[in-house]
Amino acid sequence: MNGREMGKARRRSEDARLVTGKTQWTDNVQLPGLCHVVFLRSPHAHARITQVNVEAAKGRPGVVGVFSGRDFADEQGSLPCAWPVAEDILIPDHPPMAVSEVRYVGEPVACVVARDLYTAVDALEDIDVDYQPLPAVTDMERALRQSTDLVHGDFGTNQSYRLVVESGDVDAAFRDAPVTIQRRYVQQRLIPTAMEPRAVVCRPVGEEFTMWSATQVPHILRLMLASVTGIGEHRLRVIAPDVGGGFGSKLQVYGEEVLLLLLARRLGRPVKWTESRSEGNLTVHHGRDQIQRLTLAAEADGRIRGFKVDVLADMGAYLMLLTPGVPTLGAPMFNGIYKMDAYSFTCTGVFTTKMPTDAYRGAGRPEATFGIERMMDELAAELRLDPLEVRRRNWIRHEEFPFTTITGLTYDSGNYEAATDKALALFEYDKLRAEQADRRERRDTVQLGIGVSTYTEMCGLAPSRALAQVRSAAGGWEHATVRVLGTGKVEVVTGTSPHGQGHATAWAQITADALGVPFDDVKVLHGDTLVAPRGWDTYGSRSVTIGGVAIHNACQKVVDKARRIAAHLLEAAETDLEYAGGSFSVKGMGGEGASMTLAEVAEATLSAHDFPEGVEPSLDSDATFDPENFSFPHGTHLCAAEVDTETGFVRIRSYVAVDDVGSVVNPLIVDGQVHGGLAQGIAQALYEEAVYDADGNLTTTTMADYLVPSAADLPTFVTDRTETPATSNPLGVKGVGEAGTIASTPAVVNAIVDALRHHGVRDVPMPCTPERVWRALRAAFLEEPEEPGGARPGAAGGLGPVRGGRE
Amino acid sequence: MIPPTFDYIRPSSVEEAVSALSQAGEDAKVLAGGQSLMPLLRLRLAYPDALIDLDRVEPLRQIRSENGDLFIGAMATHHQVMRDPLVREHAPLIAKATATVADPAVRHRGTFGGSLAHADPAGDLPAVALALDAVLVVRSVRGDREIPAADFFVDWMTSAMEPDELLIGVRVPKLGPGWGAHYEKFHRTAQAWAIVGVACAVRRERGAIEDARVALTNMGPAPVRAIEVERFIEGRSVSDDSFRAASERAAEGTSPPGDLHGSPEYRTHLAKVLTARALTAAAAV
Repeated sequence: MNGREMGKARRRSEDARLVTGKTQWTDNVQLPGLCHVVFLRSPHAHARITQVNVEAAKGRPGVVGVFSGRDFADEQGSLPCAWPVAEDILIPDHPPMAVSEVRYVGEPVACVVARDLYTAVDALEDIDVDYQPLPAVTDMERALRQSTDLVHGDFGTNQSYRLVVESGDVDAAFRDAPVTIQRRYVQQRLIPTAMEPRAVVCRPVGEEFTMWSATQVPHILRLMLASVTGIGEHRLRVIAPDVGGGFGSKLQVYGEEVLLLLLARRLGRPVKWTESRSEGNLTVHHGRDQIQRLTLAAEADGRIRGFKVDVLADMGAYLMLLTPGVPTLGAPMFNGIYKMDAYSFTCTGVFTTKMPTDAYRGAGRPEATFGIERMMDELAAELRLDPLEVRRRNWIRHEEFPFTTITGLTYDSGNYEAATDKALALFEYDKLRAEQADRRERRDTVQLGIGVSTYTEMCGLAPSRALAQVRSAAGGWEHATVRVLGTGKVEVVTGTSPHGQGHATAWAQITADALGVPFDDVKVLHGDTLVAPRGWDTYGSRSVTIGGVAIHNACQKVVDKARRIAAHLLEAAETDLEYAGGSFSVKGMGGEGASMTLAEVAEATLSAHDFPEGVEPSLDSDATFDPENFSFPHGTHLCAAEVDTETGFVRIRSYVAVDDVGSVVNPLIVDGQVHGGLAQGIAQALYEEAVYDADGNLTTTTMADYLVPSAADLPTFVTDRTETPATSNPLGVKGVGEAGTIASTPAVVNAIVDALRHHGVRDVPMPCTPERVWRALRAAFLEEPEEPGGARPGAAGGLGPVRGGRE
Repeated sequence: MIPPTFDYIRPSSVEEAVSALSQAGEDAKVLAGGQSLMPLLRLRLAYPDALIDLDRVEPLRQIRSENGDLFIGAMATHHQVMRDPLVREHAPLIAKATATVADPAVRHRGTFGGSLAHADPAGDLPAVALALDAVLVVRSVRGDREIPAADFFVDWMTSAMEPDELLIGVRVPKLGPGWGAHYEKFHRTAQAWAIVGVACAVRRERGAIEDARVALTNMGPAPVRAIEVERFIEGRSVSDDSFRAASERAAEGTSPPGDLHGSPEYRTHLAKVLTARALTAAAAV
C-alpha cells in the first residue's frame, strides 16, 4: 500500500472527462424519436391570463404539440414546499405551468413540443396570450404595509409567515446598555450561475418513466415527482448524470421537470428541454434577498450583551422546495462565534412578484455571518478597538468546547485563536495597518482597508431529529453500499449526488483507507435511483460529513464480514486476526498460510466452496449514517482592499483564508472548494445583483448585466488550514462546500468600509459597485463638515489629484 | 438561443461580397467576427433575411502602409491588430485599446472593422478611430467612398454607411515622433464593456502639449470628441494642474447614458477623472 489516502492531494479522477465535455451531460442525451420542448414565459410580473391561443403554433410543420397551463390543469398538481417553517405559514398553490394568473416574469405559460429545436422556437412566436395586468409587488417593506396590491389575492396579505426565536432576557440585555448599535443591511438578490444550464430529458417506457435531469437531488426529485403527479415512485427512475454545478440552484423540484414527465406521458415520446442562459437568469431559483435590521448591545469594554435580529426575507411569488426555510437557517447562526447573554431572531417571509428564492451556496449562513461580522466591525469602530480585539473579547475560547451557544447549538470543537494567529501571520497584518496609516496620512487617492471575518457555520445537514424540530419534511441521514467484487475490486454506491465536488475521487480515498485497497481499485457509483436507490443527495456541505462517513461505516462492516470468512479459511479465531494494508494475518505468525488478502477473501466468497457455517456468501454491506450533531467549520479570513476614492473602484489586493474544516480527505479538493467559494462570496460583495425594475421586470437577464467575475478580477488567494477534528463523526470531517462563500462577503465589505471610515463612511450597500462607493463617499462629505486640512478626495464632486499624485 | 431563419451567403472576394450586399438589400447583415451579431441573433433581437459572412474574404484581413497612412483591413481580428508591428509603431493607441477588448476568445474572432461598423458607443474602438481622425473606406457597386470617423458614427449603433455599402478598411494617419497615446478604460470586470473610456493621443514639445486628440467611449449615443479638453490643453505645460483643469471640460457636450453600471451623473464625473489620467499617461511617453 502507498500509505494513507486521507490527506493526499490527489488530482480528481473525474476531471479529464468533465473538463473536455466528453461525458454524459443531460443535454448530450440522444434518444430515438426525441422531441424538443420550449416554454413560453410570462412577460408580466403579475397578470390574469384571459386567453391562450395556440392554434397557429400547432399548425407549423414539425410541431408535435402545443399546450397551455389549462391543458395540464387536472394533472400537474402543485410544486412542493418541503419546509413549512411555521404552523400558520401561508403556502400558495404553485402550478408548474400557470393556468389563470402569472406572478413573476418568466413563469411558464405554454410550451411547444417539436421534432427539432428550431421549429419549436419558431412556433413559440406563434402563440398568442392575452393578459390583464395586475399590480406588480416588488418592494418587501411596501408589500407588508398595504393589503390592496397582493401577490395572492386570497391570502389578504403579502406575509407568508413570521418566525420568532428568543433566548435569554433580551430586555435586560438592552436596558441601560453602555453601547447600542443599530444597522440596516440589505442582502441583495443573487442568481446562482452554474456552468451547466438546467436540462431535463424524460423517456416513457410503457407506464414507466426515466428522467435525466441536471439536478443535485435525484432522490428528492423522484420522491417529489411521484407525490406531485401521483405516478408510483417505483415506476420512476431519475438519473443525474454528470452535472455541471448547482450551488443550490439544482436543489429544487422545478415545474419544467414535472411538465417534461407529463409531456412524455401524454405524447408517449421522449422529450428534452435545455434552458438558455437568459431563461436561466429569469427562472432558476434566486438566492439571498433580505433586509436585516440589527441591534447590538454591548458593555463599554466591547463584551456583547445582546443581539436582536429582524429579517425581512423575500420569498418571491411562490414557496418552492426550501424557500421559507433558507432565511431561518440564520436563526441559530447570527450569533456567530460569540458569547452573549440574550438573543432574538425574527424572520418575516414576504411574497413579491419575483422569481422565488431558495438555497444558494451557504443558504442562510452567509446572510447571518454578514450580519454579525459587519456588526463586530461597527462595534470595534464605535469603541475605537481593533476589529480583532473586539472579536477576541467575545469569542468562545478553545478550552471552552464543547460549547452550547445562546441559540442552543452545541459547537463540538474549534480553535478560533489558532486560525486567527495563522491568518495574521500570512497576511502581514501589522505591515498592512502601517501602510493604511501612511496612505491616510498622505491623503492618497487610493486608500487601503482591512476586512476581518471570523466565521463559523453549521453544516453537514443534518441530524434528522434536528430537521423535525425546524419543521423540515426531509431526513438528514445518508446511505452507502460497498460491494466487493470477485476480483477484489470495490464498488461504492453513494446516496450523495456530486455536481462538481469530486466525490468520485474523495470517496475512493475514504474507501481505500477503510478497506486497505488501492485507490484505483475503487469505483464510485452515484446519481441514478436505479443504481443508488437510497439517499438524500448533495447540498449544505453534507456529503463528506454524512455520506463520506456512511461509506467509512459500510467499509467497517465489510471488514467485519471478511474477518469471519478469513478466520474460517486461515483456521484461526477472529480475535487472533488483524487487518492491515488490505490483508488479514494471524497475530504473531508469519509465512505461508498465515495471511490472506481481501481479494482472496472476495474470491472465496464468490465461489463459496469452503465457507463457514451460517455465514452468507457476501461481503457487500450497507450503512446509513444519521449524524448526532451538525458540524461547525470555522476560520479567519482577512482581506486587504484598495479603494480608489476618485472613481470608487475597489481592488482586492490580498486575501488570506485560514479555514478549519476538520480532518481533510483531499487538500486539493478543499483548496478548490475554498477558491470557488471565495469567488462567489466576493462576487456578492462587489459584482452580482439581480435587479428588478418597479414593474417587476428582471433587467439582468444576460451576463453583460449580471456580472459574474472571472479569474482576471480576483486576487491570488492565500489559503491555509488548521485542523481541529470534528468530534461528531469517526472521520473528524466538517465539510467545506460553503465556507468560502459564507466567510468572504463580510470580509470584503469590512475592508471597503475600513478604507473609508475616516472619511465618515460606515456602510456601502452591496454589491459595492464603483458608483455606490463613490456615492457613499460623497454622501459622507455632504453630511459631515469638512475636516481641518480638507482631507477630502476628489470624489466630493470636484476632481482630485490624478492617480499617484499628491494634493 | 436559436436564431431566426436567414439565408447564408459566404463570398470569397470583396467583389462578390459587395455584389451580394447590393442584391440582398436592406435586410441583410454582414457577419464579420460575429461577437456582437451572433448574440443579437440568438436572443432574437435581430431578424435579418440574409447573413453575408466575410470570413473567407482574405484580402480584408491585411494591415499595410499605404500612401504614408496605415491601412487596417476591416476583417483584421483584434488579436491580429494588437500584435501587428505597424499598428504598434504608428498607431499605438489602437494597439492599446484593442488589448482591452473583452477577452482572448473574443479578440480572436472579433474584427476591427466589425467593431466600427457595429457603432456601439460602448465599444472601445469607435472613440479611438475618432480620436485618430481615421477615415473609413466603404465600397458598394456604386464605387468607393471615404468617410471621416467624425461623420461615420451617427447615432446609437448607427453609422453613415448605406445598406449596400461594405466597410473594407480604415485609413489611419500615422502619428510621428513626439506623440504619446493612452486608452483609459473603466469597467467593473475584465470582460465587461467600458462604463466610460477615454482615448487620448498628445504630442509633446519642449515640456508643452502641442497637439491633443481626446475622444470618449460611452458618453453619448455615439463616441464623442472632447474638443474643449483639446482646445484647453494645447499649448499648455505638461503638468498635473493643466491636465486637471483641462479634464474639467471633459463632459462638455456629452449626453451620457444611465444604466445598471453607472448613472449619467457618475459617468460625467468619471469622464473628468479618466481624462486627467489619460492625459497624464499619454504625456508621460
